[in-house]
Amino acid sequence: MLSKKQARAFFLGGTLVTFLIFIGLTIFSLSKGSDQTNQENLSADVVRGKEIWESNNCMGCHTILGEGAYYAPELTKVIDRLNLRYDGNGEQVIKSILMSEGPWQPNGRKMVAYGMTEAEAADVVAFFKWIGEIDLNGFGKVVGVDRKISPLAKEKINN
Amino acid sequence: MKYKSQKVAYWFFALSMLLLVLQITYGFIMGFARMGFDNLHEFIPFNTARAVHTNLLVVWLLSGFMGAAYYIIPEEAQKELVSVKLAYVQLISLALVGVVAIIGFHFNIWEGRKFLEIPRPLDYLVVVNVLLFLGLILTTLFKAKRRTTTSLVLSMGLLFAALLYLPGMLPFDSQVTDSFFRWWVVHLWVEGVWELIMGGILSFLLIKLTGVDREVIEKWLYVIVGLTFLSGVLGTGHHYYYIGVNKIWLVVGGIFSALEPLAFLAMALFAVNMYRKGEKKHPNKLALYWTLGSAIVSFVGAGLLGFAHTLPQTNLYTHGTLVTAMHGHLAFWGAYAMIVLAIISYALPNLTGRKLYESSRGRAAFWLSNIGMIGMTVAFGVAGVAQVYLERKFGMDFMTVQKEISVHFVVLVLCATMFATGIVLYIIDFYKHGKPTDEALDI
Repeated sequence: MLSKKQARAFFLGGTLVTFLIFIGLTIFSLSKGSDQTNQENLSADVVRGKEIWESNNCMGCHTILGEGAYYAPELTKVIDRLNLRYDGNGEQVIKSILMSEGPWQPNGRKMVAYGMTEAEAADVVAFFKWIGEIDLNGFGKVVGVDRKISPLAKEKINN
Repeated sequence: MKYKSQKVAYWFFALSMLLLVLQITYGFIMGFARMGFDNLHEFIPFNTARAVHTNLLVVWLLSGFMGAAYYIIPEEAQKELVSVKLAYVQLISLALVGVVAIIGFHFNIWEGRKFLEIPRPLDYLVVVNVLLFLGLILTTLFKAKRRTTTSLVLSMGLLFAALLYLPGMLPFDSQVTDSFFRWWVVHLWVEGVWELIMGGILSFLLIKLTGVDREVIEKWLYVIVGLTFLSGVLGTGHHYYYIGVNKIWLVVGGIFSALEPLAFLAMALFAVNMYRKGEKKHPNKLALYWTLGSAIVSFVGAGLLGFAHTLPQTNLYTHGTLVTAMHGHLAFWGAYAMIVLAIISYALPNLTGRKLYESSRGRAAFWLSNIGMIGMTVAFGVAGVAQVYLERKFGMDFMTVQKEISVHFVVLVLCATMFATGIVLYIIDFYKHGKPTDEALDI
């Protein structure tokens, strides 16, 4: 039967080993050769876009990379989706929404009117573009334009 | 109670109750907004309500954990706290930081990082506050003659929780690495070190309520927290599947997060077995309800419902949907909210001297809140699964899907009303106990 001393050794030993493996895997996955975070394409406007994204807590309604509040649409691949719907004018649509001084209320859910400048809105678009280029291990397809569409749902897509 | 300094725990518990009421209020604002009644949008837009709701959860649970530590450590160490005055300073500063952060959220002052929205200057104050708390707890333990496994596991959990707050303060330009290290805080808190805290509190309660030998309970405590870390640390990988990092996490996260329910299963079996072995003589049945309830509901909410969408093949479609909200609500409720309510139910009669063990209001509070929360979980679950199929499988537009599933938000709010009624009854019971008094010493 397991003694208290053995149980303690299991706890401390197991914890130490798994933490070391975890740190090793972190170093591996962020090191050159295995890194797929799209770090090399980070530009000043993308970083500014991220700052605008954070300072307005956009994640408090939307999701990005599948993370957020599930109240407003996923914004990974949003430019592609809007390009498809608005004949290639996806970026302009996003800028219009962000620069709008009046409330934006698609399908009854209200969005704060941010009234951004053209430059700020362009930074946010650059951020979305950069996000859209990341290799997401298949998630990009699930939320992108090439996702499988059921014939049953087709008539509702553009509503 | 056995030590005068334990009285400080009462005020941490009272702060917890106050913040819990506020958290639920903001939850209702979000629930109504999802139903289409977003009349407060001008003052409290959804992202404000959401940030307040989740941050209040963290703060009221931390306040509960701190109160638990101030109650448990003197009794386990058989020594008064080294400074009661500083404990009150810590309480007031914790409340101030929380209130300032919450007010700031209403004026667009935040970091906009899920669960870690508190602005950076306040982060430093949180660190100072937690250091003061740890200083008081660890110095008390260091000066004591007796250091039990229960007190060490509880303190270790609190210490690691403080250390793990730091990676969340690192600045990153990339959304991917930012998110990667944010999970070091959020995941390793809730699926790691907070389970140490939960285990420590659970162990203390089982020792007191069942009368089973401390050595037996503490031996199994080590096994459970060992299982928690073995699965939970590498299980962090389930947050890394689809955020833009290497595919290695699909394998590592998939295997180890699938093992995470084992720790919760062990905790549930442990609690039920200790109850069966015990003398069943302790009169505080309400505390026993909450204690056993916490162990069982955490297995269902954190273990089973977590497993339901943790495999990469499933998570590819459920990632970023209401399925996460389903798991999150029952997991936090079972594992952390219920254990805090358990230690309060145990400590309150001892601190105040009023033995309101047989209160029908207390039993109603337990059942209404639990049934309400299970109903909320089901509503989120049905909405989430429908969302996955309509949006992710059939390719329907996000907002169109939200309209299709809006009936489930009505069910959600109805169940939330039942849940809130239970919590109100619990708080009435809390109030009826009165304030802590020295006359309750050794009762």
